Formats: sequence, C-alpha cells, structure tokens
Amino acid sequence: MAEISAPTHRSPARWLVVAIPYIWLVLFFAAPFFIILKISLSDTAIAMPPYTPVFQGFGDIGSFFGGLDLDNYSFLAEDPLYLDAYLSSLRIAFISTLLLLLIGYPMALAMARAPSTIRPTLMMLVILPFWTSFLIRVYAWIGILKPEGLLTLLLQTLHILGPDDQVQIYRTDWAVFIGIVYSYLPFMVLPLYAALEKMDGTLLEAASDLGCPPWKAFWRITFPLSLPGVIAGSMICFIPITGEFVIPDLLGGASTLMIGKTLWTEFFGNRDWPLASAVAVLLLLALVVPIVIFQNQQRKVT
Amino acid sequence: MKPSRFDSTVLTLCFAFLYIPIIILIVYSFNASKLVTVWGGFSLEWYKVIWSNQGLMDAAWVTARVGMLSATLGTILGTLAALTLVRFPRFPGRVPFTGMIYAPLVMPEVITGLSMLLLFVAMNIDRGFWTVTIAHTTFTMCYVAIIVQSRLLTFDRSLEEAAMDLGCPPVKTFFRITLPLIAPAIISGWMLAFTLSLDDLVIASFTTGPGATTLPIKIYSQVRLGVTPEINAICTILIGFVTIGVICASISSKRTELRRIRDEHDAIRAAT
Repeated sequence: MAEISAPTHRSPARWLVVAIPYIWLVLFFAAPFFIILKISLSDTAIAMPPYTPVFQGFGDIGSFFGGLDLDNYSFLAEDPLYLDAYLSSLRIAFISTLLLLLIGYPMALAMARAPSTIRPTLMMLVILPFWTSFLIRVYAWIGILKPEGLLTLLLQTLHILGPDDQVQIYRTDWAVFIGIVYSYLPFMVLPLYAALEKMDGTLLEAASDLGCPPWKAFWRITFPLSLPGVIAGSMICFIPITGEFVIPDLLGGASTLMIGKTLWTEFFGNRDWPLASAVAVLLLLALVVPIVIFQNQQRKVT
Repeated sequence: MKPSRFDSTVLTLCFAFLYIPIIILIVYSFNASKLVTVWGGFSLEWYKVIWSNQGLMDAAWVTARVGMLSATLGTILGTLAALTLVRFPRFPGRVPFTGMIYAPLVMPEVITGLSMLLLFVAMNIDRGFWTVTIAHTTFTMCYVAIIVQSRLLTFDRSLEEAAMDLGCPPVKTFFRITLPLIAPAIISGWMLAFTLSLDDLVIASFTTGPGATTLPIKIYSQVRLGVTPEINAICTILIGFVTIGVICASISSKRTELRRIRDEHDAIRAAT
C-alpha cells in the first residue's frame, strides 16, 4: 500500500474520482447480476424479450413475489444433462489447471533463472501471443488437429503413422485440453514468474552450502516461496476455464459437455432466457470460493 | 548465471508450442491452393478476396469504432478507478469497489455477456453499436485500472507535494505532474483495452444487435464452417496489426522511461 498522506484539499472534485467509476461499475457490473437472478426465477414466454416480466413498478409487490418460482432450478436438477455439464466443466478446468502448472512452472522457473539481460525479451515473447486474438489462436489448432490436418501430414511424412491412418484428436476432450493449455499458458506463466523472479537467490546458495541436494532445496525453499504465484495463476486460469465457451465449441466433440456451451445453447439455440440465467447463477455459485481466494490474493499484493 | 541445458530445452519447447500454430496460420494465408494442407505456391489471392468482401469490411469498421470508443472510455474510467484504489485508502464501500475491479478479470465471459444483455433489455435499450461499446468499456476499464494502479504504487509522491507546496492547485498538479508521469501506463492500458475489445466474441455476441456485427462474430460464423484460406488471411492481417502496435508501444515506452531517468538525474544534479 502506498503511504497515506492526509488529504489536504477536500474539494468535491476529489470525490468525483471515486464516484464516476463506482457508479459505472454498480450500474453495468453489479446491477446486472440482480437482474440475472430475478429472470432465472421467472417463466419462459414466447415473446420479445422471451420471459414474463418479473417486476412492474412497486404497486404490486405481492404479485411480484407470487410470480417468482424455482421451476427453472428444479428443471436443472431433474435433467442429468446439466449436472453432468457442471461436473464435466469442473473436471476439465481442474485437469487443465494441473497441466498448465506442469508446463508453466518449469517455463517460469527457466525464465526467472535466465540471465537478466534476456529476461525482458522472454517476458515480451510470453505476452505477445496474449495480444493476438483468442479466437484466432483456437482456430489455428483446428487446421493442425483435424484428421486430414497438418499433424497427420507431419506424422505420415515421418512414417510414424501409416499413409491411411489419421490423428484422432480433433473433436475430443484432448483437443479441448490442448486448446485450453495453449490459450491460457501466458496467464499461468506471468504470476509464477513474478513470484519466482523476486526470490532471494542466496537462500538456495545457503542450502547448497549446507549440503542440501538441489531437488530437495527446490521442494523446501523454491516451491513454498512461489506458492502465492501458484495460487494466483491457478485461480486466474481455473475460474474462466470453467465457463469457457469458444474452446469446447470449436475443438470439442459432441461428448464434451461444458456449462458455458450449455448456457450458450439455451440462450441462442433454444432462446430460453430464464433457463440460461439459472445456469449462469449456478455457475457463479460454483465459482464463488475460487473468486474469493483470487481477490484475497490480489488484495495482499497491492 | 548461465542457463542450464534443462532450462534452455524447456524454454525452446514452450516457445515453439506458443508460436508454431500462429506461424503456420500466417504461412498458409499465402497459399495459392484452396486446400489447407496442400502447398500450392505463394499467392496474395485470399487478401484480394477479403478486400472485396463488403460484409467483412463493414464488420471490421464496426469493430474498429467500438474498439476506439470503448478503449478511450475504459481508459478514462480505469484511470479514475486506479486513482481511487491507490489514493483513497479508506472510504465507505471500498471493499465492494475492489471486488468489482477484480471480478471482471476472471468472470467467465458467458456470465458477463448474459447479465449485460439482460440489463439492456430491462432498461429497454435497443441493442447495437452502443450496447457493445458499453459492455466493452465495463470489462476493459478493470484491466486499465490494474495497469495504472501498479504504476501509481511506485509513484514518487514528493513530486506532487513539491508542486502543491509551491502553490499549485491539486487539479492543476494532477494534469501537469501526475498525468504526464503515469502516461506510459495509461497508453499501454489503452492499447490493452483496444485489443481486448477487438478480440472479444462472447460478450459482443450477447450484447450486439442488428447492424452491429463485429469482426470476431463474423469470423466465428465462418470458422464453424471449417478452415478456409480467407480466414487465415483475415487473421494474419489482425495479427500483423496487433504485433506492430505492441512493438511500437514497447519501443516508445522504453524511450520515455529512459528520458524520465535522464530527467531525474538532471534534476538531482541541478539541485545539488
């Protein structure tokens, strides 16, 4: 936290600094969540907007509460498709986060141990793909992974695959994992690198002077000290992956169930807005704990 | 310290993983053959094809306008939010405010998109250009806030105090001292906001309306039909555009950083 100097000039302009972004966020970020909650409790109607009005003035509060019901939620509970989609999203997000840690950690460590002259370049190289479109990066993998794609071609040229064999990855969960790891790797590497880079190298020297083998020094010193980075990176990846839509839609198969895709189908395909809202509310509830962990972590940093 | 062989291998493999798919995409956009896996020689044909595609050009124009406007609004709001986070350590409602800054960074896009749309419908606003712009402003301002905040945290307050001791009013101090010093962070915040807006498919799909089809929505509807050289060409143009922007920004920020350090040295020398 920066040092706190007593405000010497108490002008109303100062409070505008707080008020403008505050009001914007309340209006366009917080308020929509209450609307989503309300609509998830209303009934589907074939109209535009396709739901029965939940709130019409303060005159009829009684009928307002009377019109709310948990029909959408009980529908979600009865259809195993939705529960499967939830569990499958959490499973895919969990496995992806583990894979990201397994790949991202050695990478961040190698970056932090690199000579300080080339570190800014390495940073730049990690950040650059993040600036190119998410959609484009996922799309690039379709051309590589599809059965008649470039990976098949490469493996056939190398005679690893026979001329009639094809790589069967596209439209499976494996393609989804590859797409997720590829897209989210910078998000995992950067917090890990930030934690590893500011580590005190003399600690490792002291350990090795006292006869500690390098792998043990890693487990006892490096890894515990990098834990804040591990937690931040994992949360930054896990939370959005759970609700991911683009990757499972473009790379996943019919059997890849993810809740973001279900929500999208309910909304754009079936035009069932109240049900889509109920799915969103439940997804949000599933993510409350990771989001709180993430925010506490961030607050400690600042 | 010399990098170990293990470290060099890890870095090579990871960067290959990150860059090869993009390079393949770019190379195949110059492929004369319509088949994506057969190399038919160098050609600029697909660039001509997309140039004459009116729908695509319209979408690109909408995307550019949404990006510019939402990045500018997002940068103003984000900078104010960063000032709030750093300079107002205590005020009622600070905890929910920090929550609202950090939550959009990780919130699944389908939730943000759907909730925004329902707000616009509840407020009876016609969906289109303006609703996409407002939605993009809201999520990009949080990224700007984080970037500007990290610059403000390392900011030397004595410069402001000196100005105010010399009788400069606070608003003038802000515009003459604070703003120029945090300008590099604000510019990179604007650029990030612009690319995020350029990139967004999910939130734009929810909040858009007739006549406001953005480029990602257009690309997505074609990608679903399969890989084509035209999409490779559009993607290459976008990648080129963004890469040039990022490189220019990093060069200019390095320059201003060097100038700042030199100015500080000069000031210290002049003072002693």
